[in-house]
Amino acid sequence: MSHETAVEGTNYLNNGYSLRSWFLTTDHKRIAILYLFTIVLFFFVGGSFAVLMRLELMSPQGTLVQAETYNKLFTMHGIVMIFFFLIPSIPAVLGNFLIPMMVGARDLAFPRLNLLSWYVFVAGASVTLFALVTGGLDTGWTFYTPFSTSYSNTRVVPAMVGIFITGFSSILTGLNFIVTVHKMRAPGLTWFRLPLFVWSLYATSLVMVLATPVLAITVAMVAFERATGIGIFNPAIGGDPLLFQHLFWFYSHPAVYIMILPAMGVVSEVIATFSRKEVFGYRFVAAASLAIAVYGFLVWGHHMFVSGQSVYAGLVFSILSYLVAIPSAVKVFNWTATLYKGQIWFQTPLLYAFGFIGLFTIGGLTGLFLAAMAVDVHLTDTYFIVAHFHYIMVGGAVMGFMAGIHYWWPKITGRLYPEGWAKFSALVLFVGFNLTFFPQFLLGYLGMPRRYYHYPPEFQVLNVLSTAGASILGVGYLIPLIYLLWSLKRGKVAGANPWGATTLEWQTASPPITQNFPTTPVVTSGSYEFPALEEVHSE
Amino acid sequence: MSFPHWRKSTVSDHAHPTPVAHQFDDREQQTEVGRLGMWLFLATEILFFGGLFTAYLVMRWKWPEAFAVANSKMDVTLGAINTAVLLTSSLTMALGVRAAQLGRGKGSFALIIATMVFGLAFLGIKAVEYARKFQEGLFPGPGFVFEGATGRQVETFFSLYFMMTGLHALHMVVGIGILTVIAAMIRRGRFSPDYYAPVEISGLYWHFVDIIWIFLFPLLYLIHPHL
Amino acid sequence: MSSFPLLPDQASANAGSIDALFFALVGVSLFFIILITVLLFVFAVRYRRGNRVDREIRRKDNLKLELTWIIIPTLISLGIFVWSSYLYFQGKTPPADAMEIYVTGKQWMWKIQHQRGNREINELHVPLGQPVKLVMTSQDVIHSFFIPAFRIKQDVLPGRYTTEWFTATRVGEYHLFCAEYCGTSHSGMIGRVVVMEPMDFERWLATSGNNETMASAGEQLFRTYGCAACHQEASSSRGPVLAGLAGSAVKLQDGRTVIADRGYLQESINDPGAKIVAGYSPIMPTYRTTLNQEQLNQIVEYLLTMDGGVAATARRN
Repeated sequence: MSHETAVEGTNYLNNGYSLRSWFLTTDHKRIAILYLFTIVLFFFVGGSFAVLMRLELMSPQGTLVQAETYNKLFTMHGIVMIFFFLIPSIPAVLGNFLIPMMVGARDLAFPRLNLLSWYVFVAGASVTLFALVTGGLDTGWTFYTPFSTSYSNTRVVPAMVGIFITGFSSILTGLNFIVTVHKMRAPGLTWFRLPLFVWSLYATSLVMVLATPVLAITVAMVAFERATGIGIFNPAIGGDPLLFQHLFWFYSHPAVYIMILPAMGVVSEVIATFSRKEVFGYRFVAAASLAIAVYGFLVWGHHMFVSGQSVYAGLVFSILSYLVAIPSAVKVFNWTATLYKGQIWFQTPLLYAFGFIGLFTIGGLTGLFLAAMAVDVHLTDTYFIVAHFHYIMVGGAVMGFMAGIHYWWPKITGRLYPEGWAKFSALVLFVGFNLTFFPQFLLGYLGMPRRYYHYPPEFQVLNVLSTAGASILGVGYLIPLIYLLWSLKRGKVAGANPWGATTLEWQTASPPITQNFPTTPVVTSGSYEFPALEEVHSE
Repeated sequence: MSFPHWRKSTVSDHAHPTPVAHQFDDREQQTEVGRLGMWLFLATEILFFGGLFTAYLVMRWKWPEAFAVANSKMDVTLGAINTAVLLTSSLTMALGVRAAQLGRGKGSFALIIATMVFGLAFLGIKAVEYARKFQEGLFPGPGFVFEGATGRQVETFFSLYFMMTGLHALHMVVGIGILTVIAAMIRRGRFSPDYYAPVEISGLYWHFVDIIWIFLFPLLYLIHPHL
Repeated sequence: MSSFPLLPDQASANAGSIDALFFALVGVSLFFIILITVLLFVFAVRYRRGNRVDREIRRKDNLKLELTWIIIPTLISLGIFVWSSYLYFQGKTPPADAMEIYVTGKQWMWKIQHQRGNREINELHVPLGQPVKLVMTSQDVIHSFFIPAFRIKQDVLPGRYTTEWFTATRVGEYHLFCAEYCGTSHSGMIGRVVVMEPMDFERWLATSGNNETMASAGEQLFRTYGCAACHQEASSSRGPVLAGLAGSAVKLQDGRTVIADRGYLQESINDPGAKIVAGYSPIMPTYRTTLNQEQLNQIVEYLLTMDGGVAATARRN
């Protein structure tokens, strides 16, 4: 099976080669590829900002870049990574590609809106990049007022416009997914037979659709205030800066669940396939996704414990923030239990999934430190926070993305990547990541504030360790870029189902035909019924 | 007016509906998908306006006197007329959807046009209001004029007024644009009792924009007892 | 040469208890991290494809197990929540006899005003063993006053006063950082907190500053800027009587009642139209562009100590 000659017949990739057939496509799979190119590009743009930051931070009073430049670097790193990489990554690439296939449909509910969402994304990114290139932004990705509305001398208004536009891309994607999952499942595919990836993306879509509009109106108000000088947020003219923070975090906290839930969905699929076993406690894992999405809307005030927010509000947000961790814990326990008595196959996606579980657990547990108000008073706005969210976003979400890309690479391209190199870079990433970010926990408790261009000399050793880790991390991301591109022409032909997986997308060709399935599948069982292994796959 | 193409417009087999899109199994699925999509979109709009409503509520709670003073500058008569206009437009819209459902091409066309006319009337009255506010120096920014100790917060009220009603007016403009397309489609005989979903979901959008106004009117116009 | 510190100094009364909670959290985290890691490792190795082991599966789910691993983390979380909330409330409740020091943050420096009149820039001298309450505000954007050795941090906002308190327990010098990004020189907005023996502190107060207390400087400003013209002792004055006002309840024109705390007093000077006292006309002009923040602080301090002021009475004990 793995030594077939090149893929025969028409598939979505060779079904038309013109620019028009790609840039005016309504095929969800091609749109996923368009997104893949754009977000990978932004990943490396955002990553290069991080490289410059870490180089600057090697010395306590270094002058590799000026203070103003450094402030722009961390702002742009945050904006690019969050809005132009993490938020779209799994949903717009893997979600777009797989949701219709996993529910047995020919496409999403609104294919033209799907294409529109990519163009909106590109438009928003272009406006934001324009702002970045014609002066930059130095407000931090959190653009707190009144600094952003009344004091910054940088390109706040165009950046706000760019982010405003980009938000609609998120909303359109989420809307498409929700409607598709509700209305276009194949015959026999009941809710509790859906793959857990679909549950995760469904929950993510609820958040995308309901939270993003609040950010949109908030950045619009910031732009309006800055442009006209009237005050909603500036206290010098009667406004309230805390109002901004509440509105901002009302979106931006749920946004972190937009970033992690899809990765959790990938992990569920990978654990199931590479243990050849249904995820333990399927219903609890599905329910946990929804619980995370709902609870995620109730905890935004934990970013504001020292902001001047009322003590009683703080108490409420604190207790809810503990509760939001519980469904995530449930998932971790269930994934672990899935391995028990499974048939564990150590392929690269599983290694990334293990990396996710370990690093996400650490990141999530450090969230408990921050939910504890008394400790948060000391830790907030320090490098502890930076470490906490990078453990979740990079150790969690990006590893989940890597797991997903490797797992579904054969389906998307029809080719296998070189397993040896893949395992090697997974290891490099794991080591580089921990070396970069673990020292930052220590720096945070010691008191090094975040967004600091210069720092006292006693923090240097830990900073140097972190920068060393970052260089390893950078290498770890470049290697897959190379071998994945290489595999497009030289990788082994994959066949329809190289992993022996059971979800619907694997029951059709790799790469799939444009309409996904020759005929609409009829589903008669759950997603994870694995037949007994006749023979062991020798790889 | 006569519509030569519509001699038999009430008979469905002369309808030329858009074919069912390839991703759907049948027209019924397509209709349900369209409806769910529009409801979800309206949910996002609630959150979108919600940010402004939140800002308004917070500012009003902080500066009740200033808001009451600012409110006394509002033209309640024009606001009330606009409310009646918009409510009537929702009536004609609902009747237009019903007419389309019954296959009454001429009737639904007339009602959609009526809805658009009311919508334009609303925007016209709004324009008059805005113009008056400009003249009185009540547009926020460098030209703002207001005597009194609470001047700055009165300006805040007006900035919220212009943002909220401006966003609403923008939605009205989009709505009128959508109805233009719908009217054209009715004219071309695209709808029938079996297929009128676009009319229905446009109606949903229009009603939503109306409901937003129902909340805006009392909050912006009716704080201060005027009579 | 350079030590490799893992913990900041414990230099305040509460630092130890914060560290204790922190270590408890580390312990809980280590427990779960090790548990998961070991289980992952053991399962992955033991049940590796090709290994001949018993894989007979009895169940795909287990309600009791799910409830267990929901309830136990919830209970642990609740325990931490209660512990942390207790410490947090402690940190938010300064003792009545705390020494008050005014802090004003501005891009990019910290300005300190002691009640006795001493002023500092980027340095805060405090006595050992004496509770200190910082009354803080900003002149421009949001900053945050962070003393890692004391485990305290509080954002300072323009137009409002925020407070934090501590009792220093070790003589020495400690870092002071701005912890809310505020522009170009955010990382330059740093300084030191100097904790001195009480005697040394008294000596420092006596020798380092001018002799005019904040309250008397405030009284001078009160006269210079003509406040006394409207705010007289008599009940027929054009503005509300200010003696004894501080700390009392004030009835406003719109029916609300507010407490005349520092925030109210400052707002009344900067934004007189915001809250009109019942029975008076909104004729007071704003002093926002006339007085700087330090002068405002002095006037507020004066108002607090004016005869009969509730706060002053409380503080004198």
